[in-house]
Amino acid sequence: MSKAITGINIVKEYGGRKVLDGIDLDIDRREIFGLLGPSGAGKTTLIKILTGQIVQDGGTAFINGKNTSRLMGEDRRRFGIAMDDFGIYERLSCFDNLKLFARLYGIGNAEITSVLKKVGLSDAAKTPAGKLSKGMTGRLKLARAFMTDPDVLFLDEPTNGLDPVSANEIHKIILAEKERGKTIFLTTHTMTEAEKLCGSIALLNEGKIVERGSPKDICRRYDHQRMLKIHLADGSDIELPYNTDSAARLSEFIGKGLAETIHTSEPDLETVFMELTGKELSA
Amino acid sequence: MKNISAIFLKQMKDTLKNKMVLIQFVMFPVLAVIMQNAVKPEGMPEHFFAKLFAVMFVAMAPLSSMAAIISEEKEKNTLRVLIMSSVKSAEYLIGIGIYVFVMSMFGTAVFAILGGYRGADLAMFIALICTGILLSGLTGAVIGVFSKNQMASSSLSVPVSLVFSLLPMLSMFNEKIKDIARMTYSQQISELINGIGNSDITSESIVVISVNFLIAAVLFILIYKRKGLE
Repeated sequence: MSKAITGINIVKEYGGRKVLDGIDLDIDRREIFGLLGPSGAGKTTLIKILTGQIVQDGGTAFINGKNTSRLMGEDRRRFGIAMDDFGIYERLSCFDNLKLFARLYGIGNAEITSVLKKVGLSDAAKTPAGKLSKGMTGRLKLARAFMTDPDVLFLDEPTNGLDPVSANEIHKIILAEKERGKTIFLTTHTMTEAEKLCGSIALLNEGKIVERGSPKDICRRYDHQRMLKIHLADGSDIELPYNTDSAARLSEFIGKGLAETIHTSEPDLETVFMELTGKELSA
Repeated sequence: MKNISAIFLKQMKDTLKNKMVLIQFVMFPVLAVIMQNAVKPEGMPEHFFAKLFAVMFVAMAPLSSMAAIISEEKEKNTLRVLIMSSVKSAEYLIGIGIYVFVMSMFGTAVFAILGGYRGADLAMFIALICTGILLSGLTGAVIGVFSKNQMASSSLSVPVSLVFSLLPMLSMFNEKIKDIARMTYSQQISELINGIGNSDITSESIVVISVNFLIAAVLFILIYKRKGLE
């Protein structure tokens, strides 16, 4: 079976400035892939290319094995998109918002009810979409992306501007979809979100991928200090080099019940991004 | 056909909650009913207000509502979602166009009843109104496609619809205005409606209406090619 999403040397320019510069991607099925980068890094542009909303100036992109510049109606039904800037019909109820797309896709009311239940909006089915909270609006956009039960989901900053509780609800929905075998392409500038959800990530800066891999592998790769940080029962902290010489002392601390916590010195994604680009990820 | 019907049904559902659009379709028929029953000065032509407001309705309601609907969808990025859901631009425009036409026909029914049209006169009245709806709708689509958002759209649709809707009335009082107004479809439709049962369609009317239609169609094609629907 082909990869869910493939990008080969994708280039996109606006006004002579390269916003995407030679992007290569290979995203396996049934994984959550996270594209991390600060605002303006090119994340949304890449999603637009991968979903056929805009055409790249160079390179090729494929989704479900189909060239994204030649997508037909049936190809589009196989992926769902929830973008931050996609609108909803504010005067229509949640149900009627989805009913429009159900009619377009030839889907029945039972599926609408099921999708609303999946995103936890059953009780708000008759509420005008304009009266929903930001978190609920995000869930309605997710519901719309789920309408055709697509193989691949593109979620552009799905928790942007949400409080932690609402963000957590969306995380649960995303993880449930992954469990159902969906491939999810997620953009975010929140490292904790990427660490929590994504099996693999790419760090995007000024249109270029500067690092890729699993969040843990990337952090491990940039652990230049290679130290163990031990918090002792008496409240003091000590650091030991992460090598065989420290094994005896570490064993002693644990054996005598002196060590309360032990941490490695791996940096988080924010620190890695800062090291690579000199910028903050959440900028 | 499925996509066109989905767009049409969505718009119908939206109508009762969209005061901006709803008022366009309700205002003139209601005004006509009130004025026809409340104001009856001596010497006023029969069904004066029905004919006057019918022309104003035809020039304003389809134009303003078409422009408002398209520009709102552009501004709120719902149009892009529709296009991403395999709705073709033509399907969207036809769906909205049918909606505007159907809504305009409700108002037309009120004017037809108030005007007391029967038989061939009724057929002629409806044919003239339909021509006006088509031209105003097309002009509204030009404005909607051209405008980035609702603000830009209303800043164009309000003056344009006022010109087309008020010229036939103002031309009653001033010959110079009448000379200018004769170049617009709304004036020609107004004259033809006032002549129902008494005079035939003139070649001037056919030429002016055709030229107006041609200009609107060419403008639409040029702007659509340049800007697209998004």
